[in-house]
Amino acid sequence: MIMMSHILAANALITAFAVVGILMWISGAISKYLTFGRIHASAIAIMLGLALAFWGGISTGGEKGVADLPALAGIGLMGGAMLRDFAIVATAFEVDVVHARKAGAIGAVALGLGTVVPFILGVFVAAAFGYTDAISMTTIGAGAVTYIVGPVTGAAIGASSPVIALSIATGVFKAVIVMIGTPFVAKMIGLNNPRSAMVFGGLMGTVSGVSGGLAATDRRLVPYGALTATFHTGLGCLVAPSILYFAVRAITGG
Amino acid sequence: MTISGVALLAICTLLGGLLGDLLGVALGVKANVGGVGIAMMFLIAARLWLVRHGILSHGLKTGVEFWGSFYIPIVVAMAAQQNVVAAAKGGPIVVIAGIGAVAVCFAMVALIGRFSGRVETMDEIEAREAEALAAPVPHFKSGRIG
Repeated sequence: MIMMSHILAANALITAFAVVGILMWISGAISKYLTFGRIHASAIAIMLGLALAFWGGISTGGEKGVADLPALAGIGLMGGAMLRDFAIVATAFEVDVVHARKAGAIGAVALGLGTVVPFILGVFVAAAFGYTDAISMTTIGAGAVTYIVGPVTGAAIGASSPVIALSIATGVFKAVIVMIGTPFVAKMIGLNNPRSAMVFGGLMGTVSGVSGGLAATDRRLVPYGALTATFHTGLGCLVAPSILYFAVRAITGG
Repeated sequence: MTISGVALLAICTLLGGLLGDLLGVALGVKANVGGVGIAMMFLIAARLWLVRHGILSHGLKTGVEFWGSFYIPIVVAMAAQQNVVAAAKGGPIVVIAGIGAVAVCFAMVALIGRFSGRVETMDEIEAREAEALAAPVPHFKSGRIG
């Protein structure tokens, strides 16, 4: 047993490949035999991943899900920012430039709306829960944009630590709903072509939520959604601690 | 060679990250402003250039496409290391703000889709491209190799 965990820990990234691969096989079987292909295997795999993260968080008391278990530390590297960005960029290789150009203006509109609309909603929810200062309201609003924009904004304008944690949790929860919910509403919102995928990416924002949700809906749509979604966090980090914060401060007066 | 594809991808990713950081500094924000997006632009431009000069080799494609196809497993690994316990403990504000933001955005995707008219679905695009490939007459395809 000790030898086993030593081998697993010494080959952390290889272990992660094996574990994720097994997770994908199990998800494939669940998708095929339990849901009769109605729920895509990737959506089930992501849900299993989140369930594992919940279990890992409870059993270790850490903050990084299963990556806090020494034998599964490689999951942290495999799903970390470095390889994630590397793989996202690679999906651009499949982008058909002609279609991307067609969605240019509409993608930009979606990006703008996708930043401002969730922000306003988050600010109102924060106000409803008794947060009256502009800094806390802005930070929670930014968390409703993405879980990266939330803490970046909070740190930039000097929010308290619990408020920053709350904004991260809001962003993560949003990403999770996008991942799980997208396949269920895909037909209703017309998510079956490159242009709507780009609008979707711009509006939803969270790269993980968008790519996870689109992967579970139709793998071919991922690069289009990711293309606009990757600009979302940059745009959010730009406008939330500046223009949007000033707007909230002007309205609340402090 | 496969490594040329992986190296091209790596160079694009690094260049994009660098420019994103520089943009963040220039704009005075503590963030990488669109680095991944810039890197994707580089990769798209590189692919167009390679196709235009007829030097997009099979090995190079394999090197990039392997990482592209590796994306879903990486997303699963990413999900498995989120702080789900904290997100669940966050209370109703997290749930309400999260669900509200997603619901409003889903509605807007549907609205923008309706207002901007009908476009080809992914299935229709692939069917048309398959037809074009099967057709005996030479057919010009924009920047995309089969």
